[in-house]
Amino acid sequence: MMQKQSITQKLANPTRFMALSGTLLPWLAGIAVILIAYGLYRGWTAPPDYQQGETIRIMYIHVPSAWLGMMGYALIAVSSFGLLVFRHPLADVSAKAAAPIGAAFTMLALVTGSLWGKPMWGTYWVWDARLTSVLLLFFLYLGLIALRTSIEDESLASKLTAVLALVGVVILPFIKISVEGLSIPWLGLEIPAWNTLHQPSSVFRTDGPKIHASQLYPLLYSALGFTFLFFTLHMKGMRNEILRRRVKALRIAEVDRAREREAVAAAE
Amino acid sequence: MDLGPHAAFIVASYAVFTLVLVSLTAWLFYDGARQKRLLEDLEAKGARRRSRETEGTK
Repeated sequence: MMQKQSITQKLANPTRFMALSGTLLPWLAGIAVILIAYGLYRGWTAPPDYQQGETIRIMYIHVPSAWLGMMGYALIAVSSFGLLVFRHPLADVSAKAAAPIGAAFTMLALVTGSLWGKPMWGTYWVWDARLTSVLLLFFLYLGLIALRTSIEDESLASKLTAVLALVGVVILPFIKISVEGLSIPWLGLEIPAWNTLHQPSSVFRTDGPKIHASQLYPLLYSALGFTFLFFTLHMKGMRNEILRRRVKALRIAEVDRAREREAVAAAE
Repeated sequence: MDLGPHAAFIVASYAVFTLVLVSLTAWLFYDGARQKRLLEDLEAKGARRRSRETEGTK
């Protein structure tokens, strides 16, 4: 009896993934470009902020960078879980492809935040909980990339990297809690916010966004556009990794065949 | 457009942001083209995977 396959099972076949992603990639890229262009246009034509003046323009790239830096790590953690628990063939490909993209967005969050901080806070950097925890996230990305490249056995490298990624996922709630604290009364959990120059979230709040609509909508369009860009780059990275593994498999098969031929010739 | 007294910070932010994302995109497309070329070269030389070989003998 034929069993119905789930979407993840269907996509487990790299050949099928290559065909589907080849079709989707230009569409994702197109949507990303349109949303980013529209979001940034709206952002740059919105009135300046009453407190921060023109520097508010940095928000339209800083905030999406910070969100995507964290989302990239969450994607790696989910992919790592998929590799270790379900042994999904594309899970490791996904985790490997997401690392440099997530690292790039995290670095951009740090750099643009620093450039925004200097005129607003009077300093490029403070060692407070938010900034330091995002810096740690960046180092975690570098650690994942370094660990993977330092181990020649690809299967071992992917498993060790997945374990490190899952251990490191604790940084994500820490980044969120560092500015806002955490209160779960029914659990008796009360974590106070750390002292920080960084403002609390203005968008995702239980009492609704604390940001004017003229800034909120451009930010959301921009963030959505950069999210599409992230997934476009991630899909491209996954396709590259599948091709790289095919090249490696062919080379190994050719080396094995050459060795067999040499062994036969030596025996004769 | 007048960006006020902090124009340099705004321009620098967008310049770094654009440079990093364009470089990342260019690297991904270069890497993809390189892997595709390597694969095509190997296939043109008659290289094939073990699994394909086994399938062919069945």
